[in-house]
Amino acid sequence: MKKVKADPKGVLTGAHYLDGDFAIAEGGLAAGCRFFAGYPITPSTETAERFAERIPYVGGVFIQMEDEIASILALIGASWAGVKSMTVTSGPGFSLMMENIGLACMMEVPLVIANVQRGGPSTGLPTLTGQGDMMQVKWGSHGDYEIIALSPDSPQECFDLTIKAFNLSEMYRVPAFIMTDECVGHMHEKVVIPPAEEIEVVNRKMYEGPKDKYLPYKPDKDHVPFMVKAGDGYRFHTTGLTHDERGYPVINAECQDWCVRHLVDKIRKNAHKIIEYKEDGMDGAEIVVVSYGITSRVAVKAIQDARKAGIKVGSLRLITVWPFPEERIKELAKKIKAFVVPEINLGQIRREVERCAFGQAPAIGVPHCGGWVHNPDDILRAIKEAAK
Amino acid sequence: MKEEDRLEERNPMEEFLRMDRMPHIWCPGCGLGTVVASFAAALRKSQVDLNKVAIVSGIGCTGRVAGYVKLDSFHTTHGRPVPFATGLKLANPELKVVVFSGDGDIVGIGGNHFIHAARRNMDILVICVNNFNYAMTGGQVAATTPIQANLSTAPYGNFEYPFNLPYLADACGAIYVARWTSLHLRRVTKSIQEALAKKGFSFIEVITPCVTLYARRNRLGDGLNLLKYYYENSEIQHGADTRTLDIDFQGKIIVGKFIDKEKPTFFECMNTHLKKVLGDKYRPYYGE
Ligand code: SF4
Repeated sequence: MKKVKADPKGVLTGAHYLDGDFAIAEGGLAAGCRFFAGYPITPSTETAERFAERIPYVGGVFIQMEDEIASILALIGASWAGVKSMTVTSGPGFSLMMENIGLACMMEVPLVIANVQRGGPSTGLPTLTGQGDMMQVKWGSHGDYEIIALSPDSPQECFDLTIKAFNLSEMYRVPAFIMTDECVGHMHEKVVIPPAEEIEVVNRKMYEGPKDKYLPYKPDKDHVPFMVKAGDGYRFHTTGLTHDERGYPVINAECQDWCVRHLVDKIRKNAHKIIEYKEDGMDGAEIVVVSYGITSRVAVKAIQDARKAGIKVGSLRLITVWPFPEERIKELAKKIKAFVVPEINLGQIRREVERCAFGQAPAIGVPHCGGWVHNPDDILRAIKEAAK
Repeated sequence: MKEEDRLEERNPMEEFLRMDRMPHIWCPGCGLGTVVASFAAALRKSQVDLNKVAIVSGIGCTGRVAGYVKLDSFHTTHGRPVPFATGLKLANPELKVVVFSGDGDIVGIGGNHFIHAARRNMDILVICVNNFNYAMTGGQVAATTPIQANLSTAPYGNFEYPFNLPYLADACGAIYVARWTSLHLRRVTKSIQEALAKKGFSFIEVITPCVTLYARRNRLGDGLNLLKYYYENSEIQHGADTRTLDIDFQGKIIVGKFIDKEKPTFFECMNTHLKKVLGDKYRPYYGE
């Protein structure tokens, strides 16, 4: 892993008025993304449009593919050529990508996918918000694997976290996701893009030993194998099949165990380094509101009102949704009365909180199917109920 | 055995094959091995830098080719080698990218990718081994199965119209289109050589016997019989109108080179167009 300063060609330094979708494109460019393959889908298309407009001035490729399946495959191919790659999509397109998100995990390819969530299932609410893909991003492809998912709550965070997603993806050779939503995607706010030299960018660690000794899937001390790129003379093999350190298919239970545990371990064993959350007012809190993305902004109002009403409320805002901050929830559960989990779905992360709390504290949901953000009063009501 | 002692046993293709993966999984008598041999011969004859050739396969019997060829080799998912190759090629335009896969993979599940890559004139070579059925899964009917042929999911014979692949490739914009049977070893080799030297979307269909499933189920004899049958039943018609290339069950197979033309590739179009519109502000990308 190599930490470097961002390439100034992709960094649009200055203060801008951008929506979240545009900020994702700028974050990608600042992180060094030079390949974008995508397919139009509301409410995410603006990211692709922005990238298509900007990339000729930066040096890179934008291609509109025939569908989302083709888009993710093109990303995997481009990433093997050594180029940082990204795409953006929403519910239906995300579903189409699922099989090959598994391929990216299996081949251990860094790439970034932003999902500007809308209401589902199926075509659902193309133009209105939702947070219903939070479990799909974790479990949507078949088999056991781990990914990294971040959830921005503002256009500024769309920019910052897209860079972070690229960095984590390169660091762990794993697909990383920006799980935002229509509301943040279409919200215009001030986005400050710092000078390139202030942006830290991580590049995948490249193998530099003798050519015939290269093993594409031999885990290094940090569990992450070294990478090479096509065309450099390694003449390596990679497959979606269960494989050994050489990348050769081995179809038996032993190899499956080694291969899959490795995919999972490289994230689980590094989870403490990956997980980021923001806390506020945790001292002596009786109730903790766990939130992410747009919902955390709405929750702020409910938390303020609850505090005015004399309830001790803390806020735990998830920046990294996956891997999940299991340990932190476990610790908090021992000290507090209850968790309140508002989200624009019927309780996907609430159940995760409940699981991690081990019965020490209840996790009370404020479920909402999508279409609009919560009314803060609904969250306030849940907090009051929980505090009784 | 020491390396020097086994010199006489060396496969002349060793330079191109992952010998540590032999024996391969293909059935004895399968026509696939000969297509791989032609590919290796074409690489050798065209003297390309093997470090700059990448091979991409999908899933199926032919999909296993990527695993046996000693190049940068990518064994992707079912139907998806073409878009993978698209990303690989665009991100490193220096590479020669070859998609080597079966009919089910390329024009069945992956048909949409195939037509769009041809339309864009993506600079890749697609070698499609057509054995008229889904072999890896046990011999099911395919988009290429001739009418009448019997397969496990067409137990009373196929009644669906099959694709005429050269016509499809031609109609979508391919700049090089050829069809051979796998016994046309030298012709296949020459076609691959020609296509490797071209810029743009090239397509070579190789009619290949699947001895275990297609041949057995249709009582067409062993691999060698069928190999010879295809060969002897073929007729070379270079430049034939691609609309006339349908294949009937055990009927005549028109082979040859049908299309060989020049047209700017996607990458060239992108660079020329953006340079024209944006002038000096355009920063072309060459995969640095
Ligand atoms: S099943 Fe058919 S195509 Fe597959 S290896 Fe056997 S003979 Fe060849």
